[in-house]
Amino acid sequence: MSPVIKKKGEKFTIPSKYLLFALTCLCTVLMALTFSTDLFNRPLNAAVGYVVVPFQQGISKVGGWLSRRKDELVQIRQLLEENVSLQQQVDDLLVENTLLQQEKAELSRLRELYQLDNQYDEYHKVGARIIARDSGNWYSAFVIDKGEADGLEIDMNVIASGGLVGRVSEVGPNWARVTSVIADNSNVSAKTLSTSDTMIVSGDLQAMHDGVIRFSQLIDSQDSVVVGDKVVTSHISDKFLPNILIGTIHTINRDSNNLTKSGYLTPAVDFEHLEEVLVITDMKREWDDA
Amino acid sequence: MLRKITMAVMLLFCFLLQTTLFRSLAFAGIVPNLLIVLTSSFGFMRGEKEGLIIGFFAGLLCDIFFADILGYHALVYMYIGFLNGKFCKIFYPEDIKLPLALITVSDLSYGVICYVLLFLLRGRLNFPFYLWTVILPETVYTIIVTCLLYPLALFVNNRLEGFERKRAKKFV
Repeated sequence: MSPVIKKKGEKFTIPSKYLLFALTCLCTVLMALTFSTDLFNRPLNAAVGYVVVPFQQGISKVGGWLSRRKDELVQIRQLLEENVSLQQQVDDLLVENTLLQQEKAELSRLRELYQLDNQYDEYHKVGARIIARDSGNWYSAFVIDKGEADGLEIDMNVIASGGLVGRVSEVGPNWARVTSVIADNSNVSAKTLSTSDTMIVSGDLQAMHDGVIRFSQLIDSQDSVVVGDKVVTSHISDKFLPNILIGTIHTINRDSNNLTKSGYLTPAVDFEHLEEVLVITDMKREWDDA
Repeated sequence: MLRKITMAVMLLFCFLLQTTLFRSLAFAGIVPNLLIVLTSSFGFMRGEKEGLIIGFFAGLLCDIFFADILGYHALVYMYIGFLNGKFCKIFYPEDIKLPLALITVSDLSYGVICYVLLFLLRGRLNFPFYLWTVILPETVYTIIVTCLLYPLALFVNNRLEGFERKRAKKFV
Protein backbone atom coordinates (compact mmCIF):
# COMPACT_ATOMS: atom_id res chain seq x y z
CA MET A 1 0.00 0.00 0.00
CA SER A 2 1.25 3.45 -0.78
CA PRO A 3 2.56 5.29 2.29
CA VAL A 4 0.78 8.46 1.18
CA ILE A 5 -2.72 6.97 1.47
CA LYS A 6 -4.49 7.96 4.67
CA LYS A 7 -5.56 5.23 7.07
CA LYS A 8 -8.63 5.63 9.15
CA GLY A 9 -8.11 7.61 12.34
CA GLU A 10 -4.50 8.39 11.50
CA LYS A 11 -3.19 11.90 11.04
CA PHE A 12 -2.21 12.65 7.47
CA THR A 13 1.54 13.02 7.02
CA ILE A 14 3.79 13.08 4.00
CA PRO A 15 6.84 10.77 4.20
CA SER A 16 10.05 12.75 4.27
CA LYS A 17 11.42 11.42 0.98
CA TYR A 18 8.39 12.74 -0.91
CA LEU A 19 8.70 16.06 0.85
CA LEU A 20 12.41 16.17 -0.02
CA PHE A 21 11.64 15.46 -3.64
CA ALA A 22 8.91 18.11 -3.78
CA LEU A 23 11.07 20.77 -2.15
CA THR A 24 14.01 19.89 -4.41
CA CYS A 25 11.79 20.47 -7.42
CA LEU A 26 10.57 23.72 -5.87
CA CYS A 27 14.14 24.93 -5.30
CA THR A 28 15.16 24.03 -8.83
CA VAL A 29 12.19 25.86 -10.29
CA LEU A 30 12.89 28.86 -8.05
CA MET A 31 16.51 28.94 -9.18
CA ALA A 32 15.55 28.75 -12.82
CA LEU A 33 12.89 31.43 -12.43
CA THR A 34 14.94 33.89 -10.36
CA PHE A 35 17.92 33.46 -12.64
CA SER A 36 16.04 35.11 -15.48
CA THR A 37 13.26 37.11 -13.78
CA ASP A 38 12.68 38.82 -10.45
CA LEU A 39 9.19 37.46 -9.99
CA PHE A 40 9.33 36.55 -6.30
CA ASN A 41 11.69 39.24 -5.14
CA ARG A 42 9.09 41.84 -4.32
CA PRO A 43 6.77 39.89 -1.98
CA LEU A 44 9.62 37.97 -0.32
CA ASN A 45 11.73 41.09 0.16
CA ALA A 46 8.76 42.89 1.67
CA ALA A 47 8.00 39.98 4.00
CA VAL A 48 11.51 39.61 5.37
CA GLY A 49 11.80 43.39 5.47
CA TYR A 50 9.09 43.58 8.08
CA VAL A 51 10.17 40.54 10.09
CA VAL A 52 13.96 40.55 10.09
CA VAL A 53 15.19 44.05 9.35
CA PRO A 54 13.80 45.76 12.53
CA PHE A 55 15.79 43.27 14.63
CA GLN A 56 18.92 43.82 12.58
CA GLN A 57 18.52 47.55 12.96
CA GLY A 58 18.08 47.20 16.70
CA ILE A 59 21.04 44.89 17.21
CA SER A 60 23.38 46.95 15.08
CA LYS A 61 22.25 50.13 16.84
CA VAL A 62 23.03 48.61 20.24
CA GLY A 63 26.31 47.18 18.92
CA GLY A 64 27.26 50.52 17.42
CA TRP A 65 26.43 52.33 20.66
CA LEU A 66 28.56 49.90 22.69
CA SER A 67 31.54 50.07 20.38
CA ARG A 68 31.33 53.88 20.29
CA ARG A 69 31.35 54.04 24.11
CA LYS A 70 34.37 51.75 24.15
CA ASP A 71 36.17 53.87 21.58
CA GLU A 72 35.37 57.05 23.49
CA LEU A 73 36.96 55.76 26.67
CA VAL A 74 40.06 54.65 24.83
CA GLN A 75 40.47 57.76 22.78
CA ILE A 76 39.84 60.69 25.16
CA ARG A 77 43.48 61.20 26.09
CA GLN A 78 44.63 60.72 22.54
CA LEU A 79 42.02 63.18 21.30
CA LEU A 80 43.16 65.91 23.69
CA GLU A 81 46.68 65.72 22.30
CA GLU A 82 45.40 65.55 18.78
CA ASN A 83 43.19 68.57 19.34
CA VAL A 84 46.15 70.85 19.94
CA SER A 85 47.91 69.88 16.76
CA LEU A 86 44.68 70.00 14.78
CA GLN A 87 43.96 73.53 15.97
CA GLN A 88 47.29 74.53 14.52
CA GLN A 89 46.36 72.82 11.30
CA VAL A 90 42.99 74.58 11.17
CA ASP A 91 44.70 77.94 11.25
CA ASP A 92 47.00 76.96 8.41
CA LEU A 93 44.17 75.53 6.37
CA LEU A 94 42.06 78.62 6.85
CA VAL A 95 44.69 80.67 5.09
CA GLU A 96 44.99 78.06 2.37
CA ASN A 97 41.24 77.87 2.00
CA THR A 98 40.84 81.55 1.27
CA LEU A 99 43.44 81.23 -1.44
CA LEU A 100 41.68 78.22 -2.90
CA GLN A 101 38.36 79.94 -2.78
CA GLN A 102 39.71 82.72 -4.93
CA GLU A 103 41.03 80.14 -7.33
CA LYS A 104 37.70 78.33 -7.39
CA ALA A 105 35.89 81.50 -8.36
CA GLU A 106 38.38 81.88 -11.14
CA LEU A 107 37.91 78.26 -12.18
CA SER A 108 34.14 78.57 -12.43
CA ARG A 109 34.54 81.73 -14.46
CA LEU A 110 36.84 79.89 -16.83
CA ARG A 111 34.48 76.92 -16.93
CA GLU A 112 31.67 79.18 -17.93
CA LEU A 113 33.91 80.55 -20.57
CA TYR A 114 34.51 77.08 -21.94
CA GLN A 115 30.91 76.01 -21.33
CA LEU A 116 31.98 72.93 -19.42
CA ASP A 117 29.44 71.39 -17.10
CA ASN A 118 30.58 70.55 -13.62
CA GLN A 119 28.04 67.82 -12.91
CA TYR A 120 30.65 65.41 -11.54
CA ASP A 121 30.66 66.79 -8.05
CA GLU A 122 26.94 67.25 -7.74
CA TYR A 123 25.56 63.77 -7.17
CA HIS A 124 22.62 63.46 -4.79
CA LYS A 125 23.46 61.17 -1.92
CA VAL A 126 21.62 59.34 0.85
CA GLY A 127 23.43 58.18 3.98
CA ALA A 128 22.79 54.64 5.19
CA ARG A 129 23.96 52.42 8.00
CA ILE A 130 25.15 48.83 7.52
CA ILE A 131 22.92 46.56 9.59
CA ALA A 132 23.96 43.06 8.53
CA ARG A 133 26.72 41.31 6.64
CA ASP A 134 26.82 38.20 4.50
CA SER A 135 25.82 35.04 6.35
CA GLY A 136 28.50 32.99 4.64
CA ASN A 137 32.21 33.53 4.21
CA TRP A 138 32.39 33.36 0.42
CA TYR A 139 31.04 36.66 -0.83
CA SER A 140 31.00 40.05 0.88
CA ALA A 141 27.56 41.53 0.44
CA PHE A 142 25.92 43.55 3.18
CA VAL A 143 22.51 44.96 4.04
CA ILE A 144 21.83 48.66 4.66
CA ASP A 145 18.89 50.22 6.48
CA LYS A 146 17.51 52.27 3.58
CA GLY A 147 15.27 50.88 0.86
CA GLU A 148 12.64 51.62 -1.70
CA ALA A 149 10.88 54.00 0.71
CA ASP A 150 13.98 56.21 0.70
CA GLY A 151 14.18 56.27 -3.09
CA LEU A 152 16.76 53.53 -3.55
CA GLU A 153 16.81 51.47 -6.72
CA ILE A 154 18.79 48.53 -8.02
CA ASP A 155 22.16 49.48 -9.56
CA MET A 156 22.61 52.71 -7.60
CA ASN A 157 26.26 53.28 -6.70
CA VAL A 158 27.45 53.13 -3.11
CA ILE A 159 30.47 55.05 -1.83
CA ALA A 160 32.22 55.59 1.49
CA SER A 161 35.11 57.80 2.53
CA GLY A 162 35.59 59.01 -1.04
CA GLY A 163 35.88 55.59 -2.66
CA LEU A 164 33.61 53.15 -4.44
CA VAL A 165 32.09 50.47 -2.20
CA GLY A 166 29.78 48.73 -4.66
CA ARG A 167 26.30 48.88 -6.05
CA VAL A 168 22.81 48.14 -4.80
CA SER A 169 21.86 44.68 -6.05
CA GLU A 170 18.52 44.13 -4.35
CA VAL A 171 15.95 46.41 -2.73
CA GLY A 172 13.24 45.75 -0.16
CA PRO A 173 10.85 48.30 1.29
CA ASN A 174 13.17 49.24 4.16
CA TRP A 175 16.42 47.51 3.30
CA ALA A 176 18.80 47.06 0.39
CA ARG A 177 21.62 44.66 -0.38
CA VAL A 178 24.94 46.08 -1.56
CA THR A 179 27.32 43.91 -3.57
CA SER A 180 30.78 45.25 -2.86
CA VAL A 181 33.53 45.59 -5.46
CA ILE A 182 35.78 43.25 -3.47
CA ALA A 183 33.26 40.39 -3.68
CA ASP A 184 34.39 37.48 -5.81
CA ASN A 185 31.39 37.84 -8.14
CA SER A 186 31.90 41.53 -8.97
CA ASN A 187 33.47 43.15 -12.03
CA VAL A 188 33.83 46.89 -12.66
CA SER A 189 35.03 48.70 -15.73
CA ALA A 190 37.69 51.18 -14.67
CA LYS A 191 40.35 53.54 -16.01
CA THR A 192 43.46 55.23 -14.73
CA LEU A 193 42.90 58.84 -13.79
CA SER A 194 46.06 60.16 -15.38
CA THR A 195 46.09 58.39 -18.74
CA SER A 196 42.47 57.14 -19.14
CA ASP A 197 43.61 53.63 -19.99
CA THR A 198 40.70 51.27 -19.38
CA MET A 199 40.78 47.99 -17.44
CA ILE A 200 38.51 45.55 -15.65
CA VAL A 201 38.61 45.49 -11.85
CA SER A 202 37.35 42.20 -10.43
CA GLY A 203 36.88 41.24 -6.81
CA ASP A 204 38.82 38.18 -5.71
CA LEU A 205 38.57 36.41 -2.38
CA GLN A 206 42.14 35.20 -2.61
CA ALA A 207 43.56 38.65 -3.44
CA MET A 208 41.41 40.33 -0.81
CA HIS A 209 43.08 38.15 1.77
CA ASP A 210 46.18 40.28 1.10
CA GLY A 211 44.13 43.50 1.13
CA VAL A 212 44.14 44.09 -2.65
CA ILE A 213 41.79 43.60 -5.61
CA ARG A 214 42.68 42.26 -9.03
CA PHE A 215 42.60 44.19 -12.30
CA SER A 216 43.12 42.85 -15.81
CA GLN A 217 42.95 43.70 -19.51
CA LEU A 218 44.77 46.98 -19.13
CA ILE A 219 45.99 48.06 -22.56
CA ASP A 220 48.94 50.31 -21.98
CA SER A 221 51.27 50.08 -24.92
CA GLN A 222 53.25 53.17 -23.93
CA ASP A 223 54.04 51.89 -20.43
CA SER A 224 52.70 55.10 -18.93
CA VAL A 225 50.73 53.50 -16.07
CA VAL A 226 52.87 53.18 -12.97
CA VAL A 227 52.46 51.92 -9.41
CA GLY A 228 50.56 54.48 -7.31
CA ASP A 229 48.35 55.75 -10.14
CA LYS A 230 44.76 56.42 -9.15
CA VAL A 231 42.10 54.15 -10.68
CA VAL A 232 38.54 55.44 -11.11
CA THR A 233 35.34 54.03 -12.61
CA SER A 234 35.28 54.46 -16.35
CA HIS A 235 32.81 56.03 -18.74
CA ILE A 236 32.13 52.61 -20.35
CA SER A 237 30.03 51.02 -17.60
CA ASP A 238 26.24 51.17 -17.78
CA LYS A 239 25.87 50.85 -14.02
CA PHE A 240 28.73 52.73 -12.43
CA LEU A 241 28.95 56.50 -12.62
CA PRO A 242 32.26 57.75 -14.04
CA ASN A 243 35.20 59.10 -12.04
CA ILE A 244 34.54 57.50 -8.66
CA LEU A 245 37.79 56.50 -7.02
CA ILE A 246 38.31 52.73 -6.69
CA GLY A 247 41.89 52.60 -5.48
CA THR A 248 45.55 52.97 -6.37
CA ILE A 249 47.71 50.59 -8.37
CA HIS A 250 49.67 48.26 -6.11
CA THR A 251 51.44 45.97 -8.55
CA ILE A 252 51.41 45.76 -12.33
CA ASN A 253 52.52 42.87 -14.56
CA ARG A 254 52.60 42.28 -18.26
CA ASP A 255 50.38 39.38 -19.35
CA SER A 256 51.83 36.46 -21.25
CA ASN A 257 50.06 37.62 -24.43
CA ASN A 258 52.30 40.72 -24.37
CA LEU A 259 49.34 42.97 -25.24
CA THR A 260 47.56 43.56 -21.97
CA LYS A 261 48.61 44.06 -18.39
CA SER A 262 47.14 42.94 -15.11
CA GLY A 263 47.92 43.32 -11.45
CA TYR A 264 46.49 44.44 -8.14
CA LEU A 265 44.89 47.58 -6.70
CA THR A 266 44.80 48.80 -3.13
CA PRO A 267 41.14 49.74 -2.56
CA ALA A 268 40.39 53.28 -1.37
CA VAL A 269 37.83 52.08 1.16
CA ASP A 270 38.58 50.17 4.34
CA PHE A 271 36.04 47.39 3.83
CA GLU A 272 36.64 45.72 7.18
CA HIS A 273 35.62 48.69 9.30
CA LEU A 274 32.79 50.00 7.17
CA GLU A 275 29.80 51.22 9.20
CA GLU A 276 28.12 53.97 7.24
CA VAL A 277 27.91 54.37 3.47
CA LEU A 278 26.52 56.93 1.04
CA VAL A 279 24.21 55.83 -1.75
CA ILE A 280 24.31 58.01 -4.86
CA THR A 281 20.69 58.32 -5.97
CA ASP A 282 21.59 59.54 -9.45
CA MET A 283 21.63 56.67 -11.90
CA LYS A 284 23.97 56.29 -14.82
CA ARG A 285 21.00 55.90 -17.18
CA GLU A 286 19.26 59.12 -16.11
CA TRP A 287 22.59 60.84 -16.07
CA ASP A 288 23.13 59.92 -19.69
CA ASP A 289 19.68 61.11 -20.68
CA ALA A 290 20.04 64.45 -18.96
CA MET B 1 2.06 24.70 16.84
CA LEU B 2 4.26 25.57 19.79
CA ARG B 3 7.10 23.66 18.15
CA LYS B 4 6.68 25.57 14.90
CA ILE B 5 6.76 28.95 16.63
CA THR B 6 9.77 27.95 18.72
CA MET B 7 11.64 26.75 15.63
CA ALA B 8 10.86 29.96 13.75
CA VAL B 9 12.14 32.05 16.66
CA MET B 10 15.33 29.97 16.96
CA LEU B 11 15.94 30.18 13.23
CA LEU B 12 15.54 33.95 13.26
CA PHE B 13 17.70 34.24 16.37
CA CYS B 14 20.56 32.28 14.75
CA PHE B 15 20.31 34.17 11.46
CA LEU B 16 20.38 37.53 13.23
CA LEU B 17 23.34 36.53 15.40
CA GLN B 18 25.23 35.24 12.39
CA THR B 19 24.73 38.39 10.31
CA THR B 20 25.15 41.05 13.02
CA LEU B 21 26.83 40.11 16.27
CA PHE B 22 29.18 37.40 15.03
CA ARG B 23 30.25 39.60 12.13
CA SER B 24 31.68 42.04 14.67
CA LEU B 25 33.34 39.19 16.58
CA ALA B 26 34.70 37.59 13.42
CA PHE B 27 38.30 36.34 13.55
CA ALA B 28 40.06 37.12 10.28
CA GLY B 29 36.71 37.91 8.66
CA ILE B 30 35.30 34.42 9.20
CA VAL B 31 31.93 33.84 10.88
CA PRO B 32 30.73 30.55 12.37
CA ASN B 33 27.79 28.91 10.66
CA LEU B 34 25.02 28.83 13.28
CA LEU B 35 22.39 27.84 10.76
CA ILE B 36 24.25 24.61 9.99
CA VAL B 37 24.43 23.83 13.70
CA LEU B 38 20.69 24.37 14.06
CA THR B 39 19.75 22.46 10.90
CA SER B 40 21.96 19.49 11.58
CA SER B 41 21.20 19.21 15.31
CA PHE B 42 17.45 19.23 14.77
CA GLY B 43 18.03 16.80 11.91
CA PHE B 44 19.59 14.12 14.10
CA MET B 45 17.44 14.93 17.13
CA ARG B 46 14.09 14.88 15.38
CA GLY B 47 14.52 12.99 12.13
CA GLU B 48 14.73 13.54 8.40
CA LYS B 49 11.57 15.54 7.94
CA GLU B 50 12.17 18.18 10.55
CA GLY B 51 15.81 18.47 9.48
CA LEU B 52 14.94 19.09 5.87
CA ILE B 53 12.20 21.63 6.67
CA ILE B 54 14.43 23.64 9.01
CA GLY B 55 17.25 23.44 6.48
CA PHE B 56 14.99 24.66 3.72
CA PHE B 57 13.87 27.74 5.63
CA ALA B 58 17.36 28.51 6.94
CA GLY B 59 18.71 28.41 3.40
CA LEU B 60 15.82 30.45 2.03
CA LEU B 61 16.52 33.20 4.56
CA CYS B 62 20.15 33.36 3.37
CA ASP B 63 19.02 33.35 -0.25
CA ILE B 64 16.57 36.24 0.13
CA PHE B 65 19.12 38.48 1.81
CA PHE B 66 22.42 37.59 0.27
CA ALA B 67 22.10 35.59 -2.95
CA ASP B 68 21.28 36.62 -6.48
CA ILE B 69 19.17 33.55 -7.17
CA LEU B 70 16.66 32.02 -4.77
CA GLY B 71 16.83 28.35 -3.90
CA TYR B 72 20.54 27.53 -3.97
CA HIS B 73 21.27 27.74 -0.24
CA ALA B 74 17.81 26.35 0.51
CA LEU B 75 18.69 23.23 -1.49
CA VAL B 76 22.08 22.70 0.14
CA TYR B 77 20.84 23.25 3.70
CA MET B 78 17.82 21.04 3.04
CA TYR B 79 19.93 18.06 1.97
CA ILE B 80 22.25 18.56 4.94
CA GLY B 81 19.25 18.49 7.29
CA PHE B 82 17.82 15.42 5.55
CA LEU B 83 21.08 13.46 5.64
CA ASN B 84 21.60 14.32 9.32
CA GLY B 85 18.11 12.98 9.96
CA LYS B 86 19.33 9.54 8.83
CA PHE B 87 21.32 9.37 12.07
CA CYS B 88 18.27 9.93 14.26
CA LYS B 89 18.10 6.20 15.07
CA ILE B 90 21.56 6.06 16.65
CA PHE B 91 21.31 9.37 18.47
CA TYR B 92 21.29 9.48 22.28
CA PRO B 93 21.07 12.83 24.06
CA GLU B 94 23.80 11.82 26.56
CA ASP B 95 26.36 11.24 23.83
CA ILE B 96 28.17 14.39 22.67
CA LYS B 97 30.54 12.67 20.20
CA LEU B 98 28.01 11.92 17.48
CA PRO B 99 26.54 15.48 17.35
CA LEU B 100 30.01 17.05 17.23
CA ALA B 101 31.13 14.67 14.48
CA LEU B 102 27.96 15.20 12.46
CA ILE B 103 28.06 18.99 12.72
CA THR B 104 31.75 19.02 11.76
CA VAL B 105 31.13 16.85 8.72
CA SER B 106 28.07 18.95 7.78
CA ASP B 107 29.95 22.23 7.92
CA LEU B 108 32.95 20.79 6.04
CA SER B 109 30.74 19.42 3.30
CA TYR B 110 28.81 22.71 3.14
CA GLY B 111 32.12 24.52 2.61
CA VAL B 112 33.27 22.09 -0.07
CA ILE B 113 29.91 22.22 -1.89
CA CYS B 114 29.99 26.03 -1.85
CA TYR B 115 33.56 26.01 -3.17
CA VAL B 116 32.78 23.58 -5.98
CA LEU B 117 29.54 25.22 -7.11
CA LEU B 118 30.37 28.90 -6.59
CA PHE B 119 34.12 29.06 -7.15
CA LEU B 120 35.51 26.00 -8.93
CA LEU B 121 32.96 26.31 -11.73
CA ARG B 122 34.16 29.89 -12.31
CA GLY B 123 37.73 28.72 -12.71
CA ARG B 124 39.07 29.40 -9.21
CA LEU B 125 41.30 26.36 -8.95
CA ASN B 126 43.36 27.08 -5.84
CA PHE B 127 41.52 24.68 -3.54
CA PRO B 128 44.18 24.53 -0.77
CA PHE B 129 43.93 28.30 -0.32
CA TYR B 130 40.16 28.24 0.09
CA LEU B 131 40.39 25.19 2.33
CA TRP B 132 42.88 26.84 4.68
CA THR B 133 41.47 30.36 4.76
CA VAL B 134 37.71 29.80 4.54
CA ILE B 135 36.49 26.24 4.99
CA LEU B 136 38.66 25.02 7.89
CA PRO B 137 38.55 28.25 9.97
CA GLU B 138 34.78 28.32 9.57
CA THR B 139 34.53 24.70 10.71
CA VAL B 140 36.76 25.24 13.75
CA TYR B 141 34.84 28.35 14.75
CA THR B 142 31.56 26.55 14.20
CA ILE B 143 32.62 23.66 16.45
CA ILE B 144 33.51 26.11 19.22
CA VAL B 145 30.11 27.78 18.91
CA THR B 146 28.43 24.35 18.75
CA CYS B 147 29.62 23.68 22.30
CA LEU B 148 27.41 26.61 23.38
CA LEU B 149 24.53 26.36 20.94
CA TYR B 150 24.02 22.59 20.89
CA PRO B 151 23.15 22.27 24.63
CA LEU B 152 20.66 25.10 24.12
CA ALA B 153 19.07 23.31 21.15
CA LEU B 154 18.99 20.05 23.14
CA PHE B 155 17.38 21.82 26.11
CA VAL B 156 14.74 23.46 23.92
CA ASN B 157 14.02 20.15 22.22
CA ASN B 158 13.68 18.27 25.51
CA ARG B 159 11.32 20.88 26.91
CA LEU B 160 9.22 20.74 23.75
CA GLU B 161 9.09 16.95 23.78
CA GLY B 162 8.14 16.95 27.46
CA PHE B 163 5.40 19.44 26.77
CA GLU B 164 4.08 17.40 23.85
CA ARG B 165 4.09 14.18 25.89
CA LYS B 166 2.16 15.85 28.72
CA ARG B 167 -0.42 17.15 26.32
CA ALA B 168 -0.82 13.73 24.66
CA LYS B 169 -1.36 12.13 28.07
CA LYS B 170 -3.99 14.69 28.97
CA PHE B 171 -5.79 13.97 25.72
CA VAL B 172 -6.06 10.26 26.50
